[in-house]
Amino acid sequence: MTSDVLRFDDWTSPVPPVRREVVSSTEMADEGLPPVLFVPGLGHGPWAFAEHWLPHAASRGFPAHAVALRPGGDLRAYVHDVVQVAASLPRQAVLVGHGAGALIVARALGRYPARAAVLVAPVLDGWAALGAAVRANPVGTLPALFGGRLRLSRKQLFSPALPAQAANGYLRRLDRSGSRARGEVLWHPAPPRPVGSPPTLVVGSPDDRVVPRASLDRTAGRYRTAPLLFPGMGHDLMLDANWVEPIDAILDWLGKELAR
Amino acid sequence: MHDTPAIADRHDAICVIGAGASGLAAIKNLREHGFAVDCYERETSVGGAWNWRHDRSPIYAGTHLISSRPLTEFPDFPMPDTWPDYPHHSQLLSYLERYAAHFGLGEHIWFGTEVVAVTPVGDGRWDVTTRSSGGVALRVQRYAAVVVANGHNWSPKVPAYEGLASFKGRMIHSSAYKDPAQLRGRKVLVVGGGNSGCDIAVEAAQQAATVWHSTRRGYWQIPKYLFGRPADQVNDLMLKWRLPLRMRQWLVRRTVRLTAGDVRRYGLPAPDHRPFESHPLVNSQLLYYMGHGRIIPVPDVAALDGSSVELADGRRVDPDLIINATGYLPKFDFLTPEVLEMDDDGRPNLHLHAFARRHPTLSVVGLLQSDAGLFPLAHWQSVAVARWLRLWQSEPARAAALWRKETARPPRSWARRHVVPSTRHWFEVGHVEYLRVLEGLLTELEPKVATP
Repeated sequence: MTSDVLRFDDWTSPVPPVRREVVSSTEMADEGLPPVLFVPGLGHGPWAFAEHWLPHAASRGFPAHAVALRPGGDLRAYVHDVVQVAASLPRQAVLVGHGAGALIVARALGRYPARAAVLVAPVLDGWAALGAAVRANPVGTLPALFGGRLRLSRKQLFSPALPAQAANGYLRRLDRSGSRARGEVLWHPAPPRPVGSPPTLVVGSPDDRVVPRASLDRTAGRYRTAPLLFPGMGHDLMLDANWVEPIDAILDWLGKELAR
Repeated sequence: MHDTPAIADRHDAICVIGAGASGLAAIKNLREHGFAVDCYERETSVGGAWNWRHDRSPIYAGTHLISSRPLTEFPDFPMPDTWPDYPHHSQLLSYLERYAAHFGLGEHIWFGTEVVAVTPVGDGRWDVTTRSSGGVALRVQRYAAVVVANGHNWSPKVPAYEGLASFKGRMIHSSAYKDPAQLRGRKVLVVGGGNSGCDIAVEAAQQAATVWHSTRRGYWQIPKYLFGRPADQVNDLMLKWRLPLRMRQWLVRRTVRLTAGDVRRYGLPAPDHRPFESHPLVNSQLLYYMGHGRIIPVPDVAALDGSSVELADGRRVDPDLIINATGYLPKFDFLTPEVLEMDDDGRPNLHLHAFARRHPTLSVVGLLQSDAGLFPLAHWQSVAVARWLRLWQSEPARAAALWRKETARPPRSWARRHVVPSTRHWFEVGHVEYLRVLEGLLTELEPKVATP
């Protein structure tokens, strides 16, 4: 049985330190606003946020950061890295996780009292995501089950509205990051109860080909909320054609929560 | 009293006394549970004992942690993983300052404000009398609850040596030792076999002309590293596997025999107790310097006489500086002894060393001696206090029933049972046993509504 209080794993074999890659934009930061830390999912890096969401959040006055998943890491190491980066920021941070990055955030919330949390197209239920991926892209998904490469397809991640050139450019940038943690995305204990009860928002798209609508509802239910939906968008809400709508909605929600 | 000022009612707010590590954890966790908090701190900055600028700080220039980083950090605010296994005290202070800034605790702290009296007013509420440090004007405010986090390593316990008045040399308590320059070229007698005594003896070995180290008994000296890992992490591996105490004791004996060997060869007495029956002594260098003749182990001090010191075995030494590393005693000047049910020696009787038995709205955080770092224990204690106070306010009937059940638990269910009798072991706990019990209480204190 794992315990929130007795953390023998951390006490007897701490996660080894690494040099963490963090992309930041803080020049336009407003004194009163908390830092926002973006956490990418499998295959993605900080670049996925640096493209639109990070500068957009920064332009709205939030000190914005995105952390990379450490090479060769497992879920425990990713959670460690997210908590390390969050605790290194001057003020209590808002954690925003995308895809399996939302799973990392959900676990980090048991270790760090975030100011608020946003789970974007969250892969908290790995089996539902796997089922959806096999249906949408069997050729790219099945080899990954046997240790091969996971090839995500354009229609899984983006809506048809995103120009082909941009979509293919993003697909080329996907890498193997997080491949060691793929199994853990399927087999993992239920996420812990968040410490400090942060306000939590679940964001997704009913047309996401990775996270089915039912799975999105289940995740939102776990956090006693309903998902905020952006119909027509693909899994990568931060890169898709309509990227500005979800981030504006997230930052508006954040503004309201912070004012409470 | 004719000059009693008007009482300002702070309604549901909670008063926290002290802005050291334990006080900061208390503010943060009470705030997280929705309470308004006023914290009073007599100094002008956070950090308590870990802030070397504070006149009550026991810190000296070379102080490092004796428990390793993962066992010392707050469970929800890790220290940077790039820090060494045993960080320096200046890193600890910067950690506490960042903790306070990160969670915005400063705005709830009244710096330079001393608590003079804390008096129960009947209905579970408290009148807290404060004055600005060094000032005279008193201010009284009424609070729903009080959390005491004034620390217990600042009021020196000073031995009453025979012939003390005749001693011509200089004598200080270890709390007044700050800088190795105080030792340079002198003949130093360090009294006390605790971690401070051993650490200061090692510092003296590198600076002083002659060093005697006086201890009353032999101890189990654990090196800071075992098998290439911090010793407390190895110990926790044994606890994780739930090895029985006897087996852990055997392993410590075995390890000490294989590394240090028989300590009597160094001139030290053999331990008069089993491993894990005294506060752990973690030091890799004491025996090293004894082996190099830089530290001369000597027994207890019998009497002082002019410029010389008579030892229990009849030997005489002639130090020009005595450093009493003889520990500290808890002190709660602002509370009457009955409130904490203190015995004649001044030892409070608190449930889990934290909850006043007759005053459900009074608690003490951080009054523990642990075999690992204190911050995690202070954190979970203050979470328990916050949850307890929330239950006390929202579900009084359930709270009362739980209180009766909890406070009836005998201390042997959560405190160390077999320890050498000494004031040093008044609050001795094993961190794993203690946290297990605290975790049980935390679960009971959950609100009864369904949770995600």
